[in-house]
Amino acid sequence: MTDTTTHLGADSARVEGPAKVTGRARYASEYPLSGMAYVYPVGAPVARGKVRAIDAAEAEAVPGVLGVLWHGNAPRLEEAEPDGLSLAAELQVLQSDEVLYHGHMVAAVVAETTEAARHAAGLLRTDIDRSPHDAAFFRDRDDFYTPEDSDEHRGDPDAQIAGAHAVVDEVYGTAMQHNNPMEPHSTIAEWGAGGLTLHESTQGPHVVRETLAPMVGLEPDQVRVIAPFVGGGFGSKGPLHAPTIVAVLAARAFPGRPMKLLLPRQRMFDQVGYRSPTSMRVRLTAGADGVLTGISADAAVQSSRVAEFIETAAAPARMMYAAPHRRSTHSAVTLDAAPPTWMRAPGECPGMFGPEVAMDELACTLGIDPIELRVRNEPDRDPSSGLPYSSRNLVACLREGARRFGWADHDHAPGARHDGEWLVGAGVASSTYPAMLMPGSSAVVRHLGEGRYEVGIGAADIGTGAETALGLIAAEALEVPADRVRMRIGDTEQPTATVAGGSTGTVSWGSAITAAAQEFRKRHGSAPGTGAEATGDAAPPEEGDAYSSHGFGAQFAEVHVHAHTGEVRVPRLLGVWAVGRVISARTAHSQFLGGMVMGLSMALHESSEVDPRTGHVVNRDLADYHIAANADIGDVQAHWIDEHDPYVNALGAKGIGEIGIVGTAAAIANAAHHATGVRVRDLPLTPDRFV
Amino acid sequence: MEADVTLTVDGERRTLRTDTRTTLLDALREHLGVIAPKKGCDHGQCGSCTVLLDGRRATSCLTFAVANDGADVRTADGLADDGELHPVQQAFIDNDAFQCGYCTPGQVCSAVGVLEEAEAGWPSAVTADPADTPRLDEAEIRERMSGNLCRCGAYAGIVAAVRGAAEGDAR
Ligand code: FES
Ligand code: FES
Repeated sequence: MTDTTTHLGADSARVEGPAKVTGRARYASEYPLSGMAYVYPVGAPVARGKVRAIDAAEAEAVPGVLGVLWHGNAPRLEEAEPDGLSLAAELQVLQSDEVLYHGHMVAAVVAETTEAARHAAGLLRTDIDRSPHDAAFFRDRDDFYTPEDSDEHRGDPDAQIAGAHAVVDEVYGTAMQHNNPMEPHSTIAEWGAGGLTLHESTQGPHVVRETLAPMVGLEPDQVRVIAPFVGGGFGSKGPLHAPTIVAVLAARAFPGRPMKLLLPRQRMFDQVGYRSPTSMRVRLTAGADGVLTGISADAAVQSSRVAEFIETAAAPARMMYAAPHRRSTHSAVTLDAAPPTWMRAPGECPGMFGPEVAMDELACTLGIDPIELRVRNEPDRDPSSGLPYSSRNLVACLREGARRFGWADHDHAPGARHDGEWLVGAGVASSTYPAMLMPGSSAVVRHLGEGRYEVGIGAADIGTGAETALGLIAAEALEVPADRVRMRIGDTEQPTATVAGGSTGTVSWGSAITAAAQEFRKRHGSAPGTGAEATGDAAPPEEGDAYSSHGFGAQFAEVHVHAHTGEVRVPRLLGVWAVGRVISARTAHSQFLGGMVMGLSMALHESSEVDPRTGHVVNRDLADYHIAANADIGDVQAHWIDEHDPYVNALGAKGIGEIGIVGTAAAIANAAHHATGVRVRDLPLTPDRFV
Repeated sequence: MEADVTLTVDGERRTLRTDTRTTLLDALREHLGVIAPKKGCDHGQCGSCTVLLDGRRATSCLTFAVANDGADVRTADGLADDGELHPVQQAFIDNDAFQCGYCTPGQVCSAVGVLEEAEAGWPSAVTADPADTPRLDEAEIRERMSGNLCRCGAYAGIVAAVRGAAEGDAR
């Protein structure tokens, strides 16, 4: 037993690396099962109406077509159990004649080949009784409502305006965005004698099983979900969505035949959720010294007639900076649109854009350095809950980032520097994301003999490096070299794991693994027999309720804007993070970089454009919906400070999957203002804003 | 309509009867069990399905299998030789140039193509003087690798990996 405390924080290569670089890693749609059939979804071409009839005669006559499912013949579904992630109503697909959004699934073709299924789908005649629809999100609508439990009031922020030395009162907008993981949502579903087997691209195999089983009249242990490799998710593969259900309905209708549904990229713009557009009015009031007297954040978002989903964009303003008077509110409008879903840092990501740009505006108004302004408004306790922070090192991140970025040379005048035809600027913004541990995970530790161990937990590694990080946690807890541990993940045959979401995975699963390893040593000692095993459950931190726990970070951007074309480039992006203990250095580094790149993509490119006349997203593929490409990226750096947090959880670690995207867009927008003097308050920062 | 097609896939001769509507990508994935090329968009917009087709990188979703009778197809899987990774693949691991791995086999094939294209003197949009042999600096690599999207945002690692491989030094 050597090497006892050196695993956590190791710079280890990703354990599944060879499988991924050779392409041998098998994703959901890549299992060669015999008798495979293909499912092709058909969406409504209108945003609201009722299906009168589906004429499938021509489609069914296509050679190779096995059948066409629609609400008139599809197997019936029970109501889904609430799982805290999925929207039950969204899953009732092909169950009624109701069309509630453009693309709402009205039929699915099942065929022997993908070519036949797709061809036949084009021959279906859907007769829909069309009704007027309303799918346009804009701030001045008069039909916003207040969602339950969404607001927080303290003192009277409005009354502070009169006596304030400086006031910022502006409206900020973030665009509708689609998650667009590189692997489309995909499923192979097979209904056999023993139950249902799913190869599924999911962030939570057990979540899929628990939610799905009662819908199709099975016990959870009759449903097996297999997902050892998942090609990204960023939230959209957390909850279940309609395509999975359609594959299951097809499997139910054709027992014994595996049914493959790989969602066409275009359909990912209506079937698997999106981030709601947000419009937020931010008001800051401050004295001449920059100390805030009031903060209000009033966010407007969209929801769907299918089911309510609220992007809680006003939430981060509750705890970010100190101020005696504060308000955060949400209002939502119900549209004839597909339901929104989770997208990387839901709430925090769009919700930090407005306030962090507003802080920059306040700094400009008062002539105070934007870092100094943030330091002056650092709270000593969580302003929302009144609890002490388990650790809060925003200031250290700002200072360390300033040092690394070269902020000392920053001259505040906007529009004052150029490099040839490029206007040059720098900007900063803060990041935050809550640190949570989700109860409910279990793990098993098994001795395979000769000091080799297998550790099982049904967690999904969607690219986060979970398998690598969990292996390090297991090795640490078992006090063995890391190469003696083999992880078994991504399968409901393993013990229950909570979803890979909310940046909770590593600490929640890791806590179960640590408990299982401790139990193993307690029972079997340090010389266990072959086959010895023990299980353990994730335990919430002992003093969890006594502290407010969040990760923090600071992001710095250098931005160049072309004086004539308005093109925006980001040659430098630098983030410094305070996230407790970093478990797996190399994969964590990639998580931060990945978040920042997605934040840059949000800042410069991403916007799903809805045509109000039809209600559909017009730019529905990767040629028209731009995500950052390699040439968009310059020097991107992620660093972290040593942060010791004894209270957050036993590992001392905070989640890192989401914080990287929080604040990036604000830092870039602030830098663009510094470069040009033009203040853009609506994302994305397209060239037309600067010419 | 169906047709017989013979392909050499990762060094192995494979014959199949295929629907003339079947793309090269679907022929590989659905009929030959070759899963290294990934389907990200099926429209030539993401690069996940990149293979080396007769030695040149190509998006296999944009070409029909029937149009490639007799072609040599090399996927990321076939770049690894008897368990020995290709230097580009090793450089991807060393630089953590991926997260979920779904774009990765396409990136790897593209990177191998880029090295050969630069070696052959092919200029890109950012090559200052097209008459010169391009040097694979960061700007050249970013430009040449931009047909391969990575939603995980592993671009920094990808650039470092391609650079490392170009310099014959994995890290
Ligand atoms: S799948 Fe071929 S380019 Fe996207
Ligand atoms: S590694 Fe996930 S898309 Fe590139």
